[in-house]
Amino acid sequence: MPLLEVDQLRVEFGSTVSPFKAVDGVSLRIDAGEVVGIVGESGSGKSVTALALMGLIDEPGRVSAQALRFDGHDLLAMPLKQRRQMLGRDIAMIFQDPMSSLNPCFTVAYQLMETLRIHEGGSKKALRARALQLLRDVEIPDAERRLDAYPHQLSGGMSQRVMVAMAIACNPRLLIADEPTTALDVTIQAQMLALLLRLQRERGMALMLITHDLGVVAEVAQRVQVMYAGEVVETAAVPRIFEAPRHPYTEALLSALPEHNIGQRRLNSMPGVVPGAYDRPGGCLLSPRCPRVQDKCRAERPALYGPDGAQARCFFPLIEVAA
Amino acid sequence: MTAERNEVVLVANDLAKHYPVSQGFLKPKALARALDGVSFEVHAGRTLAVVGESGCGKSTLARQITMIETPTSGHLVLGGVDVASADAATRKRLRREVQMVFQNPFASLNPRKRIGHALEEPLAINTALSAAERTEKARAMMARVGLRPEFHQRYPHMFSGGQRQRVAIARALMLQPRIVVADEPVSALDVSIQAQVLNLLMDLQEETQVAYVFISHNLAVVELIADEVLVMYLGKVVEKAPKRQLFAAPRHPYTRALLASTPRIDAASRAQKAVLAGELPSPLNPPSGCAFHKRCPHAIERCKVEVPLLAEVAPGQWAACHRSAELA
Repeated sequence: MPLLEVDQLRVEFGSTVSPFKAVDGVSLRIDAGEVVGIVGESGSGKSVTALALMGLIDEPGRVSAQALRFDGHDLLAMPLKQRRQMLGRDIAMIFQDPMSSLNPCFTVAYQLMETLRIHEGGSKKALRARALQLLRDVEIPDAERRLDAYPHQLSGGMSQRVMVAMAIACNPRLLIADEPTTALDVTIQAQMLALLLRLQRERGMALMLITHDLGVVAEVAQRVQVMYAGEVVETAAVPRIFEAPRHPYTEALLSALPEHNIGQRRLNSMPGVVPGAYDRPGGCLLSPRCPRVQDKCRAERPALYGPDGAQARCFFPLIEVAA
Repeated sequence: MTAERNEVVLVANDLAKHYPVSQGFLKPKALARALDGVSFEVHAGRTLAVVGESGCGKSTLARQITMIETPTSGHLVLGGVDVASADAATRKRLRREVQMVFQNPFASLNPRKRIGHALEEPLAINTALSAAERTEKARAMMARVGLRPEFHQRYPHMFSGGQRQRVAIARALMLQPRIVVADEPVSALDVSIQAQVLNLLMDLQEETQVAYVFISHNLAVVELIADEVLVMYLGKVVEKAPKRQLFAAPRHPYTRALLASTPRIDAASRAQKAVLAGELPSPLNPPSGCAFHKRCPHAIERCKVEVPLLAEVAPGQWAACHRSAELA
């Protein structure tokens, strides 16, 4: 049984008559202890997917799904109170910008102990000892002193480590990391990825890594889902996706990377941008930008096709998708 | 205004910028050496990339080159004129020659001004052109950066991030500068948009022979666009080399660490993964000797006491490391 099972997740905003589908029929399956990457450009719906899983989409946003199961429990059917107990304990999330995710008014110790107090409880002294241990787990040097530091006294890398400490405080089974390294320098980014992977291995946690950086996915993930304009366009194993992409969008993303264009005069670039709320085309959502577009693509919307873990949403995939 | 390719348009000689930092009431002020003894040349039609972590002095360097701040010491020679000794009128003229593109196109355009206005403003301030001529020039520039001239009357919020960065680039080029300082111009953009903007920057350089000072922490982008690379650490240059040499045979351990930290897709190019420990030390209290010795895997006793000087380790390649010869 997979740890997380999402079937046909939809998140809509705006009027009910002509809603904007930020996430449109996304299915996702994550096994225990697995690292899955979700890749896509801004506006592809990857963060909204994560927020919907965490129950963080507020009115007037609408979340629906055919199935949303975590560890066998149906998240949609369970009472809100029970769901809230589960979130933050069994499923935890770290956000992109560590500087704005910590509350500037409270010390690191307070914020760490708050998480522990709500989900596990215990004496103040015990909680503080746990908080200290957590800071050591995320390799913060001089942890005793950092406990009583305020967020503004920490660097970006340190703040992100505190965020990780908070997320793993209650030993979650699934950690959702939304662009955990984007705001960091390359050297700190490498440290952060190494830390996340170590924690994931040691604790047998599943990790859902949302990123726009294909290099990060290549180094960390076992499987990857590529998203475009609210839909999954390709699912594949790593490193296969980098060697033989099936979907033209994946191919375009890969060939636009500077590291694949060294020695060339110009980068291979795909024209246009991800369509927004008001300019989604009919037919395949990629059709206005796709270099391989044909008449059929402009008229019909392709379905996600293929066996689990090797799917593509394209009428004319680069490599034939097995039925 | 068009310069010959390879003509030296800017020389920085031993440039330094120290900021006094308050340590609290009655305590003596500390000195942050944000920039310390940095020298380089910028050539027309070529790109100098400046690489390093946050806090290494990249943006301080940009502020000195663009004459937003006056360096504490050292010389900046622009188009043959020493900026420090120039009179106010000359400095005003020189300012036109250096323009800037900022990292975040969502913050660098005034949301209340139409983009036509943003593009015409440099002309209104610095030239005697009539309003009609300015509009004409702005529309022509929009076409050159790949924006439809009809968008002239639109506001920044009506554009995507990539389009806004095009506006910011167009604005920087309105006065036909010799040097454009681009501070992380593509790091806020998505991969496919990043490729479009990088192509635009390279096309414009080919047309106008403008020189770029390209500040970035993304080595993959630098490897593509740069001609020469300056690696900075804590306000100092630790390595300076032509791009090809730097990426093929980096000589400073910090450059190697940066290269190893960059996420790569091809498994072959990330064979040696050595994660650098620790973070950039505080510029208020830099380590003794080589500023990098606390994080350096090759540090020896000598590194803790003696500051390494920038020395030519291979033709055209300079590194500031005591052990660059043995570690090569």
